[in-house]
Amino acid sequence: MKKQIYDLVIKDGRVIDPALGFGHVAHLFIKDGKIAKIENDNISSRKKIDSMPDENVIDAAGKIVMPGLIDMHVHLREPGREDEETIVSGCQAAAAGGFTTVCCMPNTDPAIDNQETVKFVLSRAELADARVYVVGAVSKMLKGEELSEIGDLVKAGAVAISDDGGYVQNPQLMRNALEYASMFNIPIISHAEDDFLCKDGVMNESFQSTRLGMKGRPAVGEVIAVLRDIKLCELVGGRLHIAHVSTAGAVEAIRLAKADCVDVTAEVCPQHFCLTDDMIGEKFDTNLRVNPPIRTKADIDAIIKGLVDGTIDCIASDHAPHAEEEKDVEFDQAPPGMIGLQTTVGLVKTYLIDKGYLSWADAIRKMTQNPARILNLPVGTLKVDSPADITIIDSDKKWTVKKNDFRSKSKNSPFVGWKLSGKVSHTILGGRVVYDGK
Amino acid sequence: MKLQSRHLIGLEGVSADEISLILDTAVSFREIIERPIKKVPTLRGITVLNLFYEPSTRTKISFELAEKRLSADSITFTKAMSSVKKGETLKDTVRNIEAMKINMVVVRHGSSGVPYFLTQCMDSNIINAGDGSHEHPTQALLDMFTIRQKYGKLKGLRVVLIGDVKHSRVVRSNIWGLKTMGCSVAVCGPSTLQPYEVEKFGVDVYTDLDEALDGADVVNIMRIQLERQQSGFLATQREYTNLFGVTAERLKLLNKNYTVMHPGPMNRGVEITPEIADGKSSVILEQVTNGQAVRMAVLYLLSGKREDGE
Ligand SMILES: [Zn+2]
Repeated sequence: MKKQIYDLVIKDGRVIDPALGFGHVAHLFIKDGKIAKIENDNISSRKKIDSMPDENVIDAAGKIVMPGLIDMHVHLREPGREDEETIVSGCQAAAAGGFTTVCCMPNTDPAIDNQETVKFVLSRAELADARVYVVGAVSKMLKGEELSEIGDLVKAGAVAISDDGGYVQNPQLMRNALEYASMFNIPIISHAEDDFLCKDGVMNESFQSTRLGMKGRPAVGEVIAVLRDIKLCELVGGRLHIAHVSTAGAVEAIRLAKADCVDVTAEVCPQHFCLTDDMIGEKFDTNLRVNPPIRTKADIDAIIKGLVDGTIDCIASDHAPHAEEEKDVEFDQAPPGMIGLQTTVGLVKTYLIDKGYLSWADAIRKMTQNPARILNLPVGTLKVDSPADITIIDSDKKWTVKKNDFRSKSKNSPFVGWKLSGKVSHTILGGRVVYDGK
Repeated sequence: MKLQSRHLIGLEGVSADEISLILDTAVSFREIIERPIKKVPTLRGITVLNLFYEPSTRTKISFELAEKRLSADSITFTKAMSSVKKGETLKDTVRNIEAMKINMVVVRHGSSGVPYFLTQCMDSNIINAGDGSHEHPTQALLDMFTIRQKYGKLKGLRVVLIGDVKHSRVVRSNIWGLKTMGCSVAVCGPSTLQPYEVEKFGVDVYTDLDEALDGADVVNIMRIQLERQQSGFLATQREYTNLFGVTAERLKLLNKNYTVMHPGPMNRGVEITPEIADGKSSVILEQVTNGQAVRMAVLYLLSGKREDGE
């Protein structure tokens, strides 16, 4: 038997890599866990494929082949709440959702505010089905009082810092954090919601919160928080990334800041372009409780506009697992958050691509090239010699979200039962197939 | 004619015919309350659980009496005597109690949406006795019963609801019910205690009490919770009373045959003067009596006894 030149080939797929400006049918050859070659269909490439054993060939005809997707905002709950998610289970969910890279937020217990915890997370992730990058804490124990040892965190591998889950309420601390983090050229990811305006709020403030008699989280609570961070960033430099933008006002603030050359980037999550606050009164589904809250049709329109014109750089899930018993309670007693790793691709396809707002290339850019650029990650492209992280999507396949299909340890999704289009068929991590659609 | 739902979660979405059915049914129960022997066998064999997760005196007693007068077996569970403190979830608590074979649940809870939540985890008929700031349908029904008793109708009357609109479930249920029955509804209170986009309820919104009272038939005054000062919604009690306290002087702006209502408990001298509370236009005690009749009607109509032909 002839010696294998390649370990794996993905043939006949439509290869889309915005980082390379690539977008047509081609064959992708993988060797030693890296991208070896992308070749158009011709006699020579056919010959190479024909010489390979069947088990090393993935037929991607009619499917889209893209760099492994990056979810820059997930909560993996380990250490502390391993009953809700572990790094291993979260990465299995990532693989099944088409993500080969996830960035985990530091609001664990203990918080990721020190080198040891960063190292612990990275060691747990070594054999997992996705790459894990760590976002360290801005402040010690996420208390918003003193800076954490950001230099140490970066040395241990942190790619950004954030006090996600809450806002860095003290403007002086946020100013210091931006200045301090700029020494290490990492962004600060801001969960921008003013604590005073949003205190105890459980849903968007609107006629819906008025009707249901629930404490609201006003849109202006996000807008003010975003504007303050932008102004601080403008003043002292540093790099600011706004997490889970949910309001029209925040989109506009970010658009204007970018026009003023402030170094600000932003992400949105599917719940903020698929769900509206009037859904809450239908069944008081606690899976619809999330911070920032699901908003209105007008906010969705503005977010889509921001995605289209590039104001919004990234799409992330804000995957936030919660135990069933903690969600199966009174609406205002439930912790905020929903899982999202396995529904993001389908929601992006169904609600952004099928509706004609984004092309596949646009959507892929927001889940590969852009987060990789913002966080300075060595992934997100199919460039030769890059890690062979690849996602293959059966673009028009219709599927129904089922609770039993979630690989996450938690099942808190408001999308169960939804019919979506666009299903992950394969996920490949460093040349290893970590998900094959089964 | 029967009620569309086997639960009473709120008055939003309840039709005029259904509200009329409840009020008409309450008329006959109101007569029973005046009899020397205030008891009928209507709900014999039905077990009702009163589930009170919030302190309540009058609503709880009103429901308990209504149940007893209908010969239902009733038990009351309040937060203090429960295992809530041990961290048992609401769902586990109610499922455990339901396993003892109950038929109906009357629930009062501080979180909006709890009555609906119970419909999803129990088989019993659920009656909302107040959930968060969401709805308190039997209070609004008894308010409407009382208004109808006096004027013989609801349609065309002008009703003003005064006080903390933002946090009041009584106001919300009244708005839904009164609008459905063809009343013209206004709300009045400090702008800090008016919820966002309150006008979308289809009510007139006032922050000036005199303007609100002008031409009104019914004034329904809500209790103001003095703790609202701490959250920055109000300045002082003195200022609240000056701006929104209902006095005899101000009631001159009303139509001649006006009515003063209050769901209780009252802060005399704060939102209402004693003179008004005890005056000849006040139907505050009548509301309390009517409350029993309305709750008897709701219990009866939801129990399914009517369909059984009993
Ligand atoms: Zn967040």
